[in-house]
Amino acid sequence: MKRIAIISGKGGSGKSSITASFLALSKNTLAIDCDVDASNLYLIFNPIVDDKSIYISGKTAKIDTSKCTSCGICQKTCNFEAINIIDGKYVVDDISCEGCYLCSRVCPFGAIDMIDSGENYIYSGKYRFGHMIYGRLSPGEDNSGKMISELREKADKLAEDNNINCEIIDGPPGIGCAVISTITGVDNIVVVSEPSLSGISDMKRAIEVALKFTNSIYVIINKYDLDEKNSSDIIDYCNSINVKVIAKLEFDRNMVNAMLNKASIIEYSPNCQCSSEIKKAYNSIINNNCI
Amino acid sequence: MKIAIASGKGGTGKTFVATNLFTYLQRLGINVILADCDTEVPNSLIFIKAKEKEAHKVMDYRPIINSDICKFCGKCADYCSYNAIFYVPSLKKISLIPELCHGCKACSVACEYGAITDSELEIGVVRSYSDKKDSTECNIFEGRMQPRELTGVPTIKSTIKYATIPEADYHLFDSPPGTACPFIQTVTRADFILLVTEPTPFGLSDLKQSIETLKKLNKPYGVIINRADLGNDELLSYLKTDNIDLICSIPFSRQIASSYAKGKLEIDENPESSKYFKEIYEYLENQRLKIEL
Repeated sequence: MKRIAIISGKGGSGKSSITASFLALSKNTLAIDCDVDASNLYLIFNPIVDDKSIYISGKTAKIDTSKCTSCGICQKTCNFEAINIIDGKYVVDDISCEGCYLCSRVCPFGAIDMIDSGENYIYSGKYRFGHMIYGRLSPGEDNSGKMISELREKADKLAEDNNINCEIIDGPPGIGCAVISTITGVDNIVVVSEPSLSGISDMKRAIEVALKFTNSIYVIINKYDLDEKNSSDIIDYCNSINVKVIAKLEFDRNMVNAMLNKASIIEYSPNCQCSSEIKKAYNSIINNNCI
Repeated sequence: MKIAIASGKGGTGKTFVATNLFTYLQRLGINVILADCDTEVPNSLIFIKAKEKEAHKVMDYRPIINSDICKFCGKCADYCSYNAIFYVPSLKKISLIPELCHGCKACSVACEYGAITDSELEIGVVRSYSDKKDSTECNIFEGRMQPRELTGVPTIKSTIKYATIPEADYHLFDSPPGTACPFIQTVTRADFILLVTEPTPFGLSDLKQSIETLKKLNKPYGVIINRADLGNDELLSYLKTDNIDLICSIPFSRQIASSYAKGKLEIDENPESSKYFKEIYEYLENQRLKIEL
């Protein structure tokens, strides 16, 4: 199984736009959207969903007031300050509760139940280039890393069942556990950067995390002409750490227009500079891998 | 007033708004605090020249399991909801898997033999800064989580705790993107949320998710459209139909992109842009009565 994950560190760098283009270029590939917090790939590709499965991300404690004697043991034991007294009654704060079960175990009166805290969904289906699988985290949920691990497992099974030998993964922003779950076991990681000081700072953090998983790291500079000096600094930095810059995309309003027309830039404007650069980038990765 | 600047979609301009609004309010003579709660990739300090005054470590509980005292009863492993205790009684092996530990202390509570002692792990840091030349009073706080950690939530909580200065008139919380726990932790202590978005299908979809969450939390909000001319009308229609306040609309400009890229404040590079932040400030002041109730 060949895998390419697209991450950035900085939000809004262009991960989904570039992922969509890679999918337009690639054959026999499973599209995986791991940005479960703000899933966007399905908005471009409009897959026909043929499977929807629920994923329970965790539990929340709930105090049964009919059994509660207000002894306060739960509040004393909770390490997350998630139990408060409201109007004389002990109440669990959903936001702070981590669902660790401890209060339910220590309550002498069995007054605490653990209930499913979030209904998240994993969808799979078909779109114009093949199969797609993506997740949507229920607002306010945590542990997106765990859900992404589940999503990746389901994805691998879907790929196996359909004789698919390549996975292209749209990642979430940041560098936390959601990103780590996205890039675990991925041999090719593309880091999309924008030429701003924030973008460079975040790109460095993303590369640092990615290097723990693979040495095949590629950088794409998006909107490079918005600051050519910073773009040049990115290239110098990447050279210094032996990371290849495989494309420099110019700022082009067609990237947005393509999205509005539910297309990748490759389909919408195949001859523009961005499309040429993306094709070049994609070929760099597959040539490096003999996919 | 505590104002969170948030967005479902990343890269819409939260930090752009937070840092420029912060500076605009300061120049009006307002006592304002900026807290950067985007603990995975905090960026506000790129835009504001400030001196670091203090660093506070954010510590999380971690157990130490002493296998010499351990009786291999397995109760700690039963109590652990995260499979963080590696336990093989036949081999007399027991140890913590730190990457899975959530610091809930359940194992410690479970152990009847005193085999588990308390320890701490640094999971993040909150740095306090002052941008005033002759002052030790900190007005900018940055939370930064350790990259390998499970969640930035404890660091966000800590950042807001340090940043909450009673004498300040305004607190601005620069939020992480998304609608998951880190976003919730940031907005939950705010009185009003400024949602920064872009008029694209991605922006609109993520905005709707943010609003759904804020409604559940019963938090008031208003929308700022950034790069307002790069997209379509769907967003505007949605705001009109759902009666959502459009506070301010900022068009895309290479000038703004360029200032941002260089780590400069737009209101310094282009003083005319103050008008956007004036608009936001006036809106917030108009909402003050409603918000502070």
